[in-house]
Amino acid sequence: MTEDILLSVENLKVHFAMKRRGLTGPKSFVHAVDGVNLKITKGKTFGIVGESGSGKTTTALAVMRLVPITSGTITLGDFRLDQLQGEELRRARRHMQIIFQDPYSSLNPRVRAGAIVREPMDLMDVGETSEREDRVAELFRQVGLRPEQQALFPHQFSGGQRQRIGVARALASQPDLVVCDEPVSALDVAIQAQIINLLRKLQDDLGLTYLFISHDLGVVQYICDEIAVMYLGKVVEQGDRISLFTEPLHPYTWALLSAVPSADPALRDQKNRIRLQGDPPNPIDPPPGCRFASRCPFSQDLCTRETPPLRPIKDGHLVACHLVSDDGVPPQHAD
Amino acid sequence: MSAADNSQSQDAPPTFEAAYEIPDIEHPLREAARMFARNKAAVGGLILLVGILILTLLVPFFYTVDPFDLVWAPLSPPGTENALFGTDYLGRDILAGIVHGGSATLAVGASAALLAVVIGLSVGSLAGYYGGWVDEVLMRITEFFQVLPTLLFAMVIVALFKPSVATVAFAIGVVSWTAVARLARSEFLRIRSLDYIKAARSISSSNRRIIWFVILPNAMPPLVVQATLAVGGAILFEAGLSFLGLADPNVMSWGFMIGSSRDYLMDAWWTVTIPGIFIFLTVLAVSLIGDGLNDATNPKLRER
Repeated sequence: MTEDILLSVENLKVHFAMKRRGLTGPKSFVHAVDGVNLKITKGKTFGIVGESGSGKTTTALAVMRLVPITSGTITLGDFRLDQLQGEELRRARRHMQIIFQDPYSSLNPRVRAGAIVREPMDLMDVGETSEREDRVAELFRQVGLRPEQQALFPHQFSGGQRQRIGVARALASQPDLVVCDEPVSALDVAIQAQIINLLRKLQDDLGLTYLFISHDLGVVQYICDEIAVMYLGKVVEQGDRISLFTEPLHPYTWALLSAVPSADPALRDQKNRIRLQGDPPNPIDPPPGCRFASRCPFSQDLCTRETPPLRPIKDGHLVACHLVSDDGVPPQHAD
Repeated sequence: MSAADNSQSQDAPPTFEAAYEIPDIEHPLREAARMFARNKAAVGGLILLVGILILTLLVPFFYTVDPFDLVWAPLSPPGTENALFGTDYLGRDILAGIVHGGSATLAVGASAALLAVVIGLSVGSLAGYYGGWVDEVLMRITEFFQVLPTLLFAMVIVALFKPSVATVAFAIGVVSWTAVARLARSEFLRIRSLDYIKAARSISSSNRRIIWFVILPNAMPPLVVQATLAVGGAILFEAGLSFLGLADPNVMSWGFMIGSSRDYLMDAWWTVTIPGIFIFLTVLAVSLIGDGLNDATNPKLRER
């Protein structure tokens, strides 16, 4: 299991300082990511799911070193990403690239598509200068665009095409890790399928490793090998695709899965379906104990007192819930 | 979207989009130029400004009367022989003053606006890009300059140095950069949070590169408009300073003409009104152009 770990994140915390109230008021922090551990195997796709504000995007940006890290370690191959600064960090960046959610704001509107894809190679000194032109054309072909479209500006492309340019830019430096921050959630469904298939094909061809952030369980189920479910800055459940989707243990995962619209009427009336009430607690002042307790239909005294650790249930399936038994029986309704 | 539709797409790039012909969409600059050309007021302003530039830069070579020479009886009305626009209280030709004095007015206006843009852009871009205490300090300084009575402050600067075209331009530039700074700051604040700035950082762009080559080009449209309007403001400012007698007395300018003849307003209207009209037309032309540029570069105002 541990043979080929490309990215390993240990106890990552990202806290954002809030503006003080008055001059001497206490400084408060938004606990966006609060102790996340991840291990991503080379050539695999690791998914992080969760609702808005769960810290999944912040985790992705922290791995990319695009937000300041409060504490924790991030190791990508031989690089200790959390410790790199300045020139060293700039050199490490070619090994990790990111695809953004919104294809409309992720491309500089004043730069032609070809130059956008070429820029990473020029800035990070990838390959020979003379070969870059051919490489850009090749990348365009790889992502399903025509090389002659290089001369166009971003606004002359459709949303799906723009996302392809974003993919080509991310691949230009031949990275090992590609962070996909909700790469399809801004696209309409038909285009979503195209981009997802493109990402899969590129992974097969180039041996890429993906950290795939999404709130769409359907997409995650289709592309990810391993999945972590985040809630309010913490991972509440983690497992491979099959066991997580067939035997969800944490009540929150359950709730997420039962919120997926289903065409099967039998599934719709499932007894175990959980509907969540209310909103997640304020991440500025997270409650003690389990963070999901305030919305959990099974919550008990213990849950609001003690924070449940993320513990292994069976190989590779971890859960952070007091109520899941050691042999993997999730909490049940009393009836 | 379970998307098991691999059937069409294992090896060939899976797309029907690529099969489409790309519609020929205009370059943004050309589109802006077309929008500008459609705006009658802006085109009028442009024609007016070109006329004024010809008058002040080319006509002096043909109309060589020295604006300080006493050519005719004092306070001759317009239409007098040899003095189309009349003469002032010393008998100086007003037409010569208009023709030869315009370049000083325009030079002060343009260089003061340039200085205001340079200072304002530097302060605003650093404040907006870095935020935090840099923003805090720079914006306090900006506010300090904002609350100073600008005319008074400019007068002090000019009085401290020897009045000349350069010091007047400097004084105007130093008191009028705050609007540019605030605008630049807000644009930088807006753009720096967009994903393409994150993308630029993730491909190892330096801060300098991001500020100058990524954010600045995207922040340009409103700044160009602001710069155009600043030219108009600076010309008015120069006229005000000259009117108060704070300009170089050895350089003819439209403001100087108004200032030196202000006592004769009731007896000889043309001595102040004619240079006043030219200042008015210049500022009007520049403002119309600025407005037209604003409309042309603002996609929200585009009706199709």
